Amino acid sequence: MRVEIWGSRGSLASPGADTIRYGGNTAAVLVVGDEGEHLVLDAGTGIRPLGLNIPREVRRIDVLITHLHMDHLQGLGFFQPIFRPNLEVHVWGPPSITMPLHTRIGRYLSPPLFPVTLRQMPCRLELHDAEPYTRIGSIRVRSDLVCHPGPTVGYRITSPAGKVVAYLPDHEPALGVDPFPAAQEWTSGFDLAHRADLLVHDAQYTDDEYRTHVGWGHSSIRHLAAFAHLAEVKRVAPFHHDPGHSDAEVDALAAELATLAPGIVVEPGAEGTAFEL
Amino acid sequence: MAQLPVELILMRQLASYLATPIFLVGPNGELLFYNEAAEGVLGYRFDEAVELPLAQWIRAFPLFDIDSGQPLPADHIPVVRALNERNPVHGSLLYEPPGGERVPVVVTAFPLVGQGGKVLGAAAIFWPEASEAAKG
Repeated sequence: MRVEIWGSRGSLASPGADTIRYGGNTAAVLVVGDEGEHLVLDAGTGIRPLGLNIPREVRRIDVLITHLHMDHLQGLGFFQPIFRPNLEVHVWGPPSITMPLHTRIGRYLSPPLFPVTLRQMPCRLELHDAEPYTRIGSIRVRSDLVCHPGPTVGYRITSPAGKVVAYLPDHEPALGVDPFPAAQEWTSGFDLAHRADLLVHDAQYTDDEYRTHVGWGHSSIRHLAAFAHLAEVKRVAPFHHDPGHSDAEVDALAAELATLAPGIVVEPGAEGTAFEL
Repeated sequence: MAQLPVELILMRQLASYLATPIFLVGPNGELLFYNEAAEGVLGYRFDEAVELPLAQWIRAFPLFDIDSGQPLPADHIPVVRALNERNPVHGSLLYEPPGGERVPVVVTAFPLVGQGGKVLGAAAIFWPEASEAAKG
């Protein structure tokens, strides 16, 4: 299983001289399964270049959206494969008790916010509520609600060989928990991340920044270290970088994480990074 | 123990910050948590009670009918009714704290229905009937 980062910025795309190494595109991650499955995690602005690199021979793509905030959805209308008539595209998203996924995504992908509606997309499009457990080809996918404002899921993706990537790009497990972490069963996201080979996780804030952003749905680097340690993950990719953080600041946060989480390999999520599991 | 649904985790976190006594049970009526304010009414620290199945916590916290004074059957306890009936329940009962006399307690219980429409548990807020807190 191969995991490729195409967008790792949080909240808002932030191109510029200060963000060249980690990139300015918002959340988009490609997972290529051992049997050629193509799973795309989130549809932030990074999904545009990601889509341009999907081979023409691919017949099915599954887009797994964690939640419908714009930094995770804005790129969907620019995902070139959805304009391929012979392609099957399955979009999965967090369930809601009030509106189907089609209606919620359609609020953005319709005039006046976007010129093309979902119904007009040439691909064979199907939308699904994220299931607690499902299988896509040979890949097992688990989803579960996590602590973030509005219905938000994280995903645990397991290859036939048992390799696991856990994807929790927007997650504040420390909200209201003092000291953090609590016991495993009382920690949001624990089951998704437990003993993952790779944890891709929210790392938006420094400790100082977190103090003024409690309840915004994101983690400090210290919270990520504690969560990764509790979940006993092997490798962690800090993700959802604050749009105001320069490459040098992300470097510093990654170095701090490596100090706080000894024994866990730290490889910050940067556009162009690939992980072989 | 497997991780609990995030709705229950958030409910516990909220309860832990409130001064209103709150009692939280899981889908089978098992005790999951009560907060410091509830400890003051119940007379036990949560650490002493920990997570008990329904059959055990109803013995640990003796509850009686407010009118007859008879022990309250499990399926008449407001938080259990909220769970079973999937509706809010409000009422009064008598609670006998450890080594103390029975006190009238007002309870409002409500089911916790998750995003998938599944009943994940129930919560009860309660307070001694004559307390200053009840008078507001």
